[in-house]
Amino acid sequence: MADHDEVFKEYKDTLPESVIEEIKQNLPEKCTKTRLKNILQKVYEEYINCLAVPGECVGIISAESIGEPGTQMTLNTFHFAGVAEMNVTTGLPRLIEVLDGRKTISTELMNIFLHKPWSEGKDIKKISESLKELTLNDFLKEITVNITEAQLKIILDEDKMDLLDTNATTLTNNLKKAVKGFGFEQKDTKTILVTISGKDKDIIQLYKLKEKIKHVYIHGIKGITQVLPVKKDEEFVMIAAGTNLKEVLKLEFVDETRTFTNNIYEVEKYLGIEAARQLIINELMKVIEEQGLNVDIRHIMLVADAMCMSGKIMGMNRYGIVKDKPSVLARASFETPIKHIINAGLTGESDPLNSVIENVMLNQPVPIGTGLPGLIIEAKRKK
Amino acid sequence: MTDVFLDNKYIGTVQNPKDFVEQIVHERRMGKMNSDVNIQFNQEKSKVVIETARGRTSRPLIVVKEGKPTITEKHIQQLEKNEISWSDLVKQGLIEYLDSTEEEEALTAFREEDLTEEHTHLEVSSLDLVGLTTSLVPFGNFNQGVRLNQGAKNQKQAVGFYAANYQVRMDMDVNLLHYPQAPLVKSIMHDVSEYNKHPSGQNVIVAVMAYKGYNMEDAVVINKGSIDRGLGRSTYFRPVVAEELRYSGGLIDQVTVPDKEVVGYKSEHDYRFLESDGIIYPEAKVGEGDVIIGKVSPPRFLASMDEYSLANNSKRESSLSLKHGERGVVDFVTLTENSEGNKLIQVRLRELRIPEIGDKFTSRHGQKGVISIVVPEADIPFSTNGLKPDIIFSPHGIPSRMTVSHMLELLGGKVASLRGKAIDATMFESETEKDMRQELLNMGFREDGSETLYNGVTGEKYKVQIFIGNMYYLKLKHMVKNKIHSRARGPIQLLTRQPTEGRAKEGGLRLGEMEKDTFVAHGASLTLKERFDADKVIVPVDQKTGLVGYYDARKNNRAMSPTLGEDGDMADIEVSYAFKLLLDEFKSLGILPKIKLKSKF
Repeated sequence: MADHDEVFKEYKDTLPESVIEEIKQNLPEKCTKTRLKNILQKVYEEYINCLAVPGECVGIISAESIGEPGTQMTLNTFHFAGVAEMNVTTGLPRLIEVLDGRKTISTELMNIFLHKPWSEGKDIKKISESLKELTLNDFLKEITVNITEAQLKIILDEDKMDLLDTNATTLTNNLKKAVKGFGFEQKDTKTILVTISGKDKDIIQLYKLKEKIKHVYIHGIKGITQVLPVKKDEEFVMIAAGTNLKEVLKLEFVDETRTFTNNIYEVEKYLGIEAARQLIINELMKVIEEQGLNVDIRHIMLVADAMCMSGKIMGMNRYGIVKDKPSVLARASFETPIKHIINAGLTGESDPLNSVIENVMLNQPVPIGTGLPGLIIEAKRKK
Repeated sequence: MTDVFLDNKYIGTVQNPKDFVEQIVHERRMGKMNSDVNIQFNQEKSKVVIETARGRTSRPLIVVKEGKPTITEKHIQQLEKNEISWSDLVKQGLIEYLDSTEEEEALTAFREEDLTEEHTHLEVSSLDLVGLTTSLVPFGNFNQGVRLNQGAKNQKQAVGFYAANYQVRMDMDVNLLHYPQAPLVKSIMHDVSEYNKHPSGQNVIVAVMAYKGYNMEDAVVINKGSIDRGLGRSTYFRPVVAEELRYSGGLIDQVTVPDKEVVGYKSEHDYRFLESDGIIYPEAKVGEGDVIIGKVSPPRFLASMDEYSLANNSKRESSLSLKHGERGVVDFVTLTENSEGNKLIQVRLRELRIPEIGDKFTSRHGQKGVISIVVPEADIPFSTNGLKPDIIFSPHGIPSRMTVSHMLELLGGKVASLRGKAIDATMFESETEKDMRQELLNMGFREDGSETLYNGVTGEKYKVQIFIGNMYYLKLKHMVKNKIHSRARGPIQLLTRQPTEGRAKEGGLRLGEMEKDTFVAHGASLTLKERFDADKVIVPVDQKTGLVGYYDARKNNRAMSPTLGEDGDMADIEVSYAFKLLLDEFKSLGILPKIKLKSKF
C-alpha cells in the first residue's frame, strides 16, 4: 500500500481530491504499482478531456442543453406528480419558478427526515400531528356567546387534546398570551370561559372575538398546514405542505442534516447561499428527471452558480442576473431596451464591448472560441 | 314547486314540471309553438330551462313514439315523389330540432335497429355524426378520428374543377385540374352534393410498396408515363390588376406605354408586349420582368413640379410587371370601372402546371405526401398483365396512422374499376370488406388485392405480393413552383441595408437569434462575423470627439469630422450598418454616443 500512496502523491496536483478518493475506494485488492499508474494516467486523460477548453462557450451550451428539452416539456405543462394526497407543482411551471428565483412559490413543501428511533416508526402519528399548525378552531367542540352574562363559553375536544399532549390549562395560557383585553378562566378540563375585562361590556366585542379567537395559534409549527408520513426505503419521512425551516430544525426528533424545504429563499436565509445553490441544482434536476429528460448536471450547476454568485439569489431575468451585466448594449438587447439606454445616457455609462452580444451588434468577432486569441507581441505603432 | 327559467331569466314556478315540459313539447310538435324553442326539465337542479335565444346550435332528429319512428315508409315514398318536403315533416312534428339543453333529456338511437321502448329520438342518418366534408371520406367509420379530420381538411385544398364558368370569372390565385374524374369509391354525400359535376381528383392505380429510398417520410413516387398522359395537370391563374388612381389636385394615373422621359423608365424590351393602349394582348407569353400593364403616375411631391415647371418629365413610372420567378401566358383581359369610378384593368395570366418533384398529393384519408421522384415508365414495377401503378405509396405510412379506410378504398377501387360500377363507401352503410373480397375473387383476382409485381428495372419478380388497386388521388394547391426560393445576393432594404425579407422580394433567409447562438456555441466567431457581413460598412470616426464622420465627395472623398471638419483625427472602422443606424437613432433621442478607439495590436 505504501507504493500506492507514492503513486497517488504523484497525481495529487493534477487530479482533484475527490477523484483520487474515488479511485482509492474502487481499487481492486491486488493491484500492482504499474497497473495503478496506468489507471491513473487513463483517468488523468479522461479528466483533461472533460475540462472545458479556454474560450469554450459554456453558457450558451448550457442554455441550449436545457432549452432544447425544455421545449418538449411545454406540451405537458400541468402535470402533477402527486404524493398521496398532495398536489405538487412540477414540470415546466416549477422549472420556471426556480429559474426565475420567485420569492413566493406555488407549492411549498418540506421533507423532514427523522432521527432513530422515530425514523423507524416510533410515535409516527403523534409526531406528524404535532408538526401541523393548529389553531383553537381545531380543538373546538362548541363555542357559544352567553348574552346575559356577557361571556364566551368554549368547550374543547378532549380526545384531540389527549392526542397532542395538551390540556385546557395550556390552552388557556396560550389564549391569554395571544388575546389581550379579555379575561380567561378555566372552568373544568374542557371548558374555558371568556369575559370582557374592562368596564365597558360590549356584546359586539364578544361576537368579534368569537371569530377572531378561532384563529389563535395553539400548537405545532406555524406555516405547516399538512403533514404526511411516507415510508421511503425502510425509513419514515415526513412530507409537509408549507414550510418553516427554522422551527422544524429545532425539534429533537428531526434529523437536521438531511431535512430540507423547497423554498430556496428560506434555505438561503437559514443555511446560507451554498445550501441554496445545492437546492437549486437538486430541484432543477428533480424536475428534469421526472420528465424523463436527460440533461447533464454540469449545465444545471452552471445555472445555479450564476444565480448565486453575487451572494444572494438572483433570478434568470431582467430583475436578476441580466440587471448585473456590465454592458449597456447587452442589457438593452434583453427586454426593456429604452430603460437601459436612457439611464446609460443620463449617467454617461461606457460599454467596454467585452461580451458576445455587443460584438454581434457591431459585427465584430465575438471573444469566444476562434475570436478569443490575440497577438502577444506588440507591433510597432505607426507614427 | 319547480323554478322555470326562460333564457336564464327566472320567470316563475310550476307545480308539475314533468307535465309542463311534456305539454310544451307536445304543443311544439303540433305546430302551436315555434320549432326553435327548446325545453328541459333538469331533475338534479330541480328547474325547468326554456331556451329561445339566437345562436344556439341545434340539430334535427326523428321523433320516436313507443319504440317506432314516426316517419314511416309512406312518408319516404311521398318524399321521393316530391309530394311533401322536409319542412312539412318539421311542421307535422315528425322531425324536431334539439339543442344541447334538450338533448340532455333525449335518448337517441343511432340506427333504426337499435330502437327500444325507452328511445325518444332517432338519428336522421348515421352520417349526421360527421360534417359535410368529413362524410366525403370513404369508409370513414374505419378510421381514427384525427385522420378523418385531416382527410376532410386535405380535400378542401385539392385542385379541382371548381366552377364551370371559370372562363369568364376573374378569380384570384386559383387552380384548375385538367382531367377531373368522379371517384370510383364514393359516399352518398358525393351524390347529394353532385360531386361528379365538380370533381377534384383522379382515379389512379396505387401500389403500396417501397421504391428504393424514395418514399421516405410519406413521399410518393410517381410514374412519368402517367404524368405525360395528363395525370395531375392543372392550370394556375394569377391576376394582375391596375387602377387609375386619382390624387389631390386633379391629378390622375394614366394607363399607357410610358414615355422614355418618365422617371424610372425600364427598357424598351420590357414594354414590348404592350399595345398602344398600354395593356398587354392576350396569348402573350410573358416572363420575369415583363410589363403587363403600362402606367405612369403624377410626381410624388407637387413642390418639385412647381420649381422646375417642366410638367411632363417628372411623371413616375408605375407599371405592373411580373416579379421574380413569375411567368405565364396572358389569358384574359378586362377593362372596367371600380366603385369609385376609376378605370380598372384586370389581366389574368395562365400557367400550365405539370406535376413535378415537390408537388403535394393526397388520398382522402389524411395520407398526404410530396413527389420525391418522377420515375420513367420503363422503370416502374409491372404486374403479370402489364399493369403499372401511377403512384407508389409507402407502406410505412399505414401502421402508426391506422388509416384502415385508406386500404379499404384501395381494395374497393380495384373492385369498382373491374366490375364497372362505383362502390358505395358511405360511413356505417358501406359495402362490406367481405363482399368486396368475394367479388374480387370471382373476377379472378387474389381476394386480398395483392398481385405479383416485377421490378421495372431488372425484370425480376418481387419476392412478396404487392397490394395494388385503384384510389382517388387529389392534387393539392401547394406546389413547389409557388414556393421555391433561393438567394446568394440580391436587393437590400433602404433603411437598414440588410437583405429584404420574403420570396416575393427575392429576400434572404434570416440567420436569427437562436441560429446565431449555435455559431457562438461552436466558438466559430469569425464564421459568425462573415455571416453577418451583409450590412457591413466602413465609416470614419473622429478620435477627438468620438463621433461618426463622413467622406466629403467635394474634397476627394476625404474623411471629415461632423463637428471639426478637416481638423478631426479620423480613423476608419468596420461596423454593421445597423449599428451605425442605432447610433444615429440614439442621437435623435438626445443621447450622444461616442466611440472610443483602441489599437488592436
